[in-house]
Amino acid sequence: MEVTSTAANLAISKLTFGEGVLYAVLGMLVVFFALVLIMLIIKILIKATDKKKAEPAPAAAAPAPAEVPAEPVKRDDPAPGTSGDIKLYTTDPKEAAMIMAIVADALGKPLNELRFKSIREIKE
Amino acid sequence: MENIIATLGRLGQTSGFYGLFADWRQIVMIVIACVLLYLGLVKKFEPLLLVGIAFGMLLTNLPFGNMYNPELWDLYIANGQQVASLSPELQAFIAEHGLIFADGIVQMSFTELIHAGGLLDIMYIGVKIGLYPSLIFMGVGTMTDFGPLLANPKSLLLGAAAQLGIFVAFLLAIVIGFPANVAASIGIIGGADGPTAIWLTSKLAPDYLAPIAIAAYSYMALIPMIQPPVMKALTTKEMRETKMEQLRPVSKTQKILFPIIVTIFTCLLLPSVAPLLGCLMLGNLFKESGVTDRLSDTAQNAMMNIVTIFLATSVGATARYDRFLNWKTLAIIVLGLLAFEFATCGGLLLGRLMYRITKGKINPLIGSAGVSAVPMAARVSQKVGQEANPSNFLLMHAMGPNVAGVIGSAVAAGFLLAVFGG
Repeated sequence: MEVTSTAANLAISKLTFGEGVLYAVLGMLVVFFALVLIMLIIKILIKATDKKKAEPAPAAAAPAPAEVPAEPVKRDDPAPGTSGDIKLYTTDPKEAAMIMAIVADALGKPLNELRFKSIREIKE
Repeated sequence: MENIIATLGRLGQTSGFYGLFADWRQIVMIVIACVLLYLGLVKKFEPLLLVGIAFGMLLTNLPFGNMYNPELWDLYIANGQQVASLSPELQAFIAEHGLIFADGIVQMSFTELIHAGGLLDIMYIGVKIGLYPSLIFMGVGTMTDFGPLLANPKSLLLGAAAQLGIFVAFLLAIVIGFPANVAASIGIIGGADGPTAIWLTSKLAPDYLAPIAIAAYSYMALIPMIQPPVMKALTTKEMRETKMEQLRPVSKTQKILFPIIVTIFTCLLLPSVAPLLGCLMLGNLFKESGVTDRLSDTAQNAMMNIVTIFLATSVGATARYDRFLNWKTLAIIVLGLLAFEFATCGGLLLGRLMYRITKGKINPLIGSAGVSAVPMAARVSQKVGQEANPSNFLLMHAMGPNVAGVIGSAVAAGFLLAVFGG
């Protein structure tokens, strides 16, 4: 490693090509290692939280008192799966997206709980 | 009468117009600043940053304004050294500005710097200590939805692969003859993340801050032009047409736990990345927790805007004519472009591999979004995908690698700082 100096006498190094390759490979490995680690953490997190969600309520639990109101359904729990492709007739995708958003808002339901079969402009 | 003429002569010599013609490079820099202002104001190239950078560049190159003095920062680095051991230019600066150091030893703390420096020197302190980039990251965190990443954790691999550009540009800079610390700062342009580039460069190679920041932000603005040719060259039409399945739903609990857990593990693995990643995740926690809406709102609006003004103007100010106009700036601009292209290639090549492994379930185009530049790169994936198949909606799928790229480039910056930071 050849050592040079700046105007402020800071010691900085010039690398050979071989050393550069080594640092570059090491850097990529560190990035992959860190991100793979995060990926594994996410997978564990998903498994842990999904498992907790799927666990049924204990059977031996005492019945809730009648005067306690039932817990409202959580609105941000999305419906599973997709409803497939929508057929568009004389309607461009942007308009279709707007129409679906307006319908979902008017019905007060999340978009993925609704199924749109087709959108067609009616000309009278 | 003679007195009046002599007074007018002295007045003329202290005028900026007199100083302007002392060195032609000042005029060139003023022209460059005006061109950048045009690109920001008229062509809308990252205007929030480019306008500030260009104006800072303009201010610093107007003679006798003394708004930014890079020599003071050289003295700050040379703290504790003998004045006699400094370069002749620095010694001349000390004499010219009447700086007195006891026992001939340089003593330049932030306090002395505030007294001796100009307005932009004071603003630059926030860059020097890494405050502005970290605060920008906090604001970015409040605006980032990690949902697509949590829905498809494999996106992280694409975000990692797209960091290839950083290390290829680093290697090319070494080959050209740049020292390791400067090569590392040039390489980080390939991370396509302005705050990360500024953060690392201000620590490793502050003299190169202006060209690196300008290259990083300019290429980020040019991503819709830079990426598509490479994307089309590295994928077949059949690949680009691939439709991906809808993402799985992500619960609120997962979104809240994610920033906390990632901060713990990543900062334990690479402590040097803590300022950037910690702030990013704190901002995200403000957003996702649902109980700190006011903080989230402040971080993504008022704070972000204030910090952007300080950051852009002070970074632009570092582009003084005598330090900016040289062949190295040109080399940095070219290497920056190569860094972006290789970053795109890295993401696409892994995308292709994943396309093969999953038997066509992953569209390789989402790999190019791994270069960070949120959300521009994801939008480009969407656009190119939709050109091949009009019913293709890749945006949310591409957001996964896109935010993974932000984490990936922060990790790469942390690695480079740990290795070359001294």
